[in-house]
Amino acid sequence: MSGPVVEGRGVGRRFAGVTALRDVDLSVAAGEAVAVFGPNGAGKTTLLRLLATVLRPSAGTLRLFERPLEDGGAQARRRIGLLSHRSFLYPDLTPVENLEFYARMFRVPQAAARVRDLLEQVGLAGWAHRPLRTLSRGMEQRCALARVLLHEPDLLLLDEPFSGLDLDAGTTLSGLLQRERARGSAWLMTTHEIGRAFELCTRALILVRGRLVWDGAINTAQRDQFEERYRTLTHGSDLALSHHAGADP
Amino acid sequence: MMRRWADTLLPPSSLLLMAAAIYMVFVYVPTDKVQGVVQRIFYFHVPLAFMTFVAFGTVAVASALFLWRGTRGWDRLAHSAAEVGMLFCSLVLITGPIWAKPIWGTWWTWDARLTTTLILWLIYAAYLMLRSAAGTSDQGARYAAILGVVGAIDIPIINRSVYWWRTIHPAVLITREGGSGLADPRMQATLGVCFLAFLVLFVWLVWVRNENARLRDVVEELRQQALATATRRQIQTGTA
Amino acid sequence: MLALIRKDLQIEFRTKETLASLLLLGLLTLVVLSFAFDPASELRAEAAPGALWVAVLFAGVLGLNRSFLSERDNDCLQGLLLCPIDRGTIYLAKTIGNFVFMLAAQMVIVPIFVFFFNLPISSALGGVLLSLALGLLGLAAIGTLFAAIAVRTRAREVMLPLLIVPLVVPLFIAGVQVTAHVLAGKPLDTVLHWLNLMGGFDAVFLVVGWLAFEYAVEE
Repeated sequence: MSGPVVEGRGVGRRFAGVTALRDVDLSVAAGEAVAVFGPNGAGKTTLLRLLATVLRPSAGTLRLFERPLEDGGAQARRRIGLLSHRSFLYPDLTPVENLEFYARMFRVPQAAARVRDLLEQVGLAGWAHRPLRTLSRGMEQRCALARVLLHEPDLLLLDEPFSGLDLDAGTTLSGLLQRERARGSAWLMTTHEIGRAFELCTRALILVRGRLVWDGAINTAQRDQFEERYRTLTHGSDLALSHHAGADP
Repeated sequence: MMRRWADTLLPPSSLLLMAAAIYMVFVYVPTDKVQGVVQRIFYFHVPLAFMTFVAFGTVAVASALFLWRGTRGWDRLAHSAAEVGMLFCSLVLITGPIWAKPIWGTWWTWDARLTTTLILWLIYAAYLMLRSAAGTSDQGARYAAILGVVGAIDIPIINRSVYWWRTIHPAVLITREGGSGLADPRMQATLGVCFLAFLVLFVWLVWVRNENARLRDVVEELRQQALATATRRQIQTGTA
Repeated sequence: MLALIRKDLQIEFRTKETLASLLLLGLLTLVVLSFAFDPASELRAEAAPGALWVAVLFAGVLGLNRSFLSERDNDCLQGLLLCPIDRGTIYLAKTIGNFVFMLAAQMVIVPIFVFFFNLPISSALGGVLLSLALGLLGLAAIGTLFAAIAVRTRAREVMLPLLIVPLVVPLFIAGVQVTAHVLAGKPLDTVLHWLNLMGGFDAVFLVVGWLAFEYAVEE
């Protein structure tokens, strides 16, 4: 992949008079791991949904995989995966059925084998044939994770993926994410967990009230510096940076 | 510019025309020999009915343009036209039976036009209910616009089907003579003035309602801008 | 698209909720309407077509409400929007699914209808089934579009019937006419214009729905 995976200029999005995102310039290359920080309501989820083509921008231009959004919205979606708070899975079907459905929709080759493989990787092999309704929330999250990785997306969008996951699942997710990155896909992750972010990501964005106020590289050494900067930039807004116990260096 | 013209001209002209219309209907025009005094309602009923369909046509076109273009202005127009149209439609359904009872002996007839108007009223009601249930979001506006367009496509089909239905059951078959058979030129003149009066009234009411909606959106826009400026300033002082 | 239909059928087989509600509501309406007419009177035979279609309409509208209910849990609709397919395809798949469910329910209701209203079982039934098929297709076409809308508004139980019923009046009128004529023994070609109306309605609104659906589900 030669050009940037994501290229947005002046991207904005309004909802009924409320401007959720304003004038965002963003460029993400393949293999980048980006953390998106910001207080609640800053527009992080909106940004992800825009990149997933679930929403259309009300202003500005957005190019995904070097193609403008108007044509081939469906084409782009073949290479994008979105992991959200809701799992997008049907409670009356089993994990296997759910995943096979999505595999069919995404035309994943050798679906049955791939589904089985992924279920094992997320640790759901034993519960694969029970209706999703009977599984715990943590297990549902794992299944959602399998769903998002099913078609090997080149652009992974994760909305607070670590919230609600137990320690074990968190480690699994970290491992899977790092593997995806090695494979060359790009991902953006919104989060409040600074520990995980610094562990996994090479770049961070800070959104405040819909504006992109900071965009730069990060590494573990500069963590305190970053926290200080974040606090300053979000002065007055709702701060919710947390430290994930297990990931503190 | 046009706004100023509309604001100054519409109210007085509407008032004048209405006054003229009322005078002509109640004083000027002669009593119909066949139908008697009740026939005077006809001069209100027919223009009202015509405007109801014009209103819905406006709703449909504005809705289609809104879906295609996305500019809020079209949506406001559709909404305003729908509210005024609903008012006119209700009046048609009230004046119709008042006219029908003395003449044909029944309150309601199931002829094609009246029935289609009834269904149109139901579609108007659904449109307004949808708007209130879906809120003021863009999404709600879009839902209503879909209904507007689908409804408009459906109305001719509804009309056709009711018409066929009635011609097979000739029980209380009445085809309304709408506007024809008016021999006396004074009657024609009265009808003409009434048409004009209701047309201007319609335009004025839609105008007022539309302005109301537009101003509300302007206020909201200003509020958003103020908020954005405050945020920008906050960020600037934060990193200083 | 086939995958979508298959998924809906799968869910239905597992829960059987939609089919059950369609069946029971249709049955209930027929029973109540039977009480409305004196069993001995002649009016019964004349009212029969109307009764059938009232049952079809009410059961159908209430059943349609459920078609997008299944997409509400876990925000599955957004999951569908993430798939590499056109929005219009989702609409068609849902419409076909709804049509199949309603038709299946009618397969049970029509015999019961014949039973309750004491009608002669004859070749006439073919005509009735044809009108039902056309009517249900149109109902599904309009109903699916507006169900997607109604499920995301407040007062959604009331909203859908209010939206759909005025719009499908032509289907209802046509359906009753065809059913009445056919049961009275008249040949199908006397009601050809009604069947054409229904067919035209279906075609028009399938296309309109297919085009409008993306406006209904995107934000």
